[in-house]
Amino acid sequence: MHLSISGVSKSFGDGSRAKLVLDDINFELDSGEFVALVGSSGSGKSTVMRLIAGLERPSSGTITVDGNPVRGPGSDRGMVFQKYSLYPWLSAADNVAFGMRLQGRSRSEVRERTGYFLEVVGLQDAANRLPRELSGGMQQRVAIARALAADPKVLLLDEPFGALDLQIRESMQEFLFLLWERTGLTALLITHDIEEALLLAQRVHIMAPRPGRIVRTVEGELDRSNLSHLRVSTPFLELREELAQQLRSLDGTLV
Amino acid sequence: MLGHPWSLGIFGILAVLLVWQLIAGSGLVDKLFLPSPEAVVKAGSDQYARGILIKDLVASVGRVGAGFALSALVSLPIGIAMGCSRVICQLLEPLIGLIRYMPAPAFIPLLIIYFGLGEEPKVLLIFIGTVFFNTLMIMDAVKFVPSELRETALTLGGKGFQIVTQVVAPYIAPQVIDAYRINMASAWNLVIVAELVAANEGLGKRISLAQRFLRTDEIFVGLIVIGLIGLAIDLGFRLLMRRACAWAN
Repeated sequence: MHLSISGVSKSFGDGSRAKLVLDDINFELDSGEFVALVGSSGSGKSTVMRLIAGLERPSSGTITVDGNPVRGPGSDRGMVFQKYSLYPWLSAADNVAFGMRLQGRSRSEVRERTGYFLEVVGLQDAANRLPRELSGGMQQRVAIARALAADPKVLLLDEPFGALDLQIRESMQEFLFLLWERTGLTALLITHDIEEALLLAQRVHIMAPRPGRIVRTVEGELDRSNLSHLRVSTPFLELREELAQQLRSLDGTLV
Repeated sequence: MLGHPWSLGIFGILAVLLVWQLIAGSGLVDKLFLPSPEAVVKAGSDQYARGILIKDLVASVGRVGAGFALSALVSLPIGIAMGCSRVICQLLEPLIGLIRYMPAPAFIPLLIIYFGLGEEPKVLLIFIGTVFFNTLMIMDAVKFVPSELRETALTLGGKGFQIVTQVVAPYIAPQVIDAYRINMASAWNLVIVAELVAANEGLGKRISLAQRFLRTDEIFVGLIVIGLIGLAIDLGFRLLMRRACAWAN
């Protein structure tokens, strides 16, 4: 799998009132990579994700998956939203099975894969519970399992832990990292949290607002064998602080 | 006893019955205008014994059932289409917005001219009086389906019609049931109006006959029976909601 975003710009509105929200975005993503886009609100990072998902069309530039231009949403690009994306009338298991049923997979395959992916996210015991009976963290794990079960080439994560409490957010970050290590999934993470991006992604693109653009790319060569250790290690904290300052100055000069 | 959610409501009803009994029993008001509760119960059991009550009930419930079923069936696809498609919404919303402000009873003369005095005009009156409200309420429900739910389905490989049947329809089910429950009240109003104008039997017809013979006790019977059926239907819809859409409670 090779995802390529080249020269992508996006404006909303027409004519003189058109507002440029993304200006000349370029980056690539290959199989097995974990890449993050970090920026404050207004940097257009969610719009980048919606363009890749095919939920919006770029005003100019091209987005291709394995050389094929993106023309609309499809199951090769799975997406996890920040919240409220589980179907409230379906149990956890039926939510996980939802995409596979849309795709018309056989009953036995749906059952088998549902069980497998519930186990992958550690929720086999919650299979029959409704979303409202699950905690926020569990709900997001179901959403991730549902996206993975549909067998996407790349997983698009739009602030997946943004609505969770700090404690749960940290354990979900470790969960996602282990999942990536174990399953070899390809992921693009959108977040405003620099720590989250640096912890999880091998490559971090820093975005600036008005108009949204990538101003810096950091290749994180950090030792990820122990995430909770990494969180408080000196090189990590220094890098985090440096990027935080850069983001603050980008916001400050433009407000 | 007082802890039960219905206990206060039942107390309220009993209080009104008591006041009624006291006023009727005091002789302050002419029996002709205010029959006693016993007289009303007697008039009701007489009607039941003569088979009139059941016949009227079947006639009125049948008309409401037919007219409202038609309205529910027509409004569901149109409401969903208007909620999903901006073009269809822009095409139909002004039209429906206009017709819905025409009072349904004002259609009665036209319906009688077109269809005579049989069942059709009554059923159609109920249809006309409820279909536009049902449609607009369903359209609104569709518009409030969270975009995340639709978009998730799209990114899982769902196609247009699947989104309607697998996402929109289940999500709006509770609001649709609620819209039907609310508009059912208008259906009951309209069937009585239609029967007051022209009918051989029915609860509304019975009331207008009772008026002609100054049988206030029978008018009371009609009113109370209509109220009880309305309440029963309302509770039925609530039960359906609780059973079919447990997730929404």
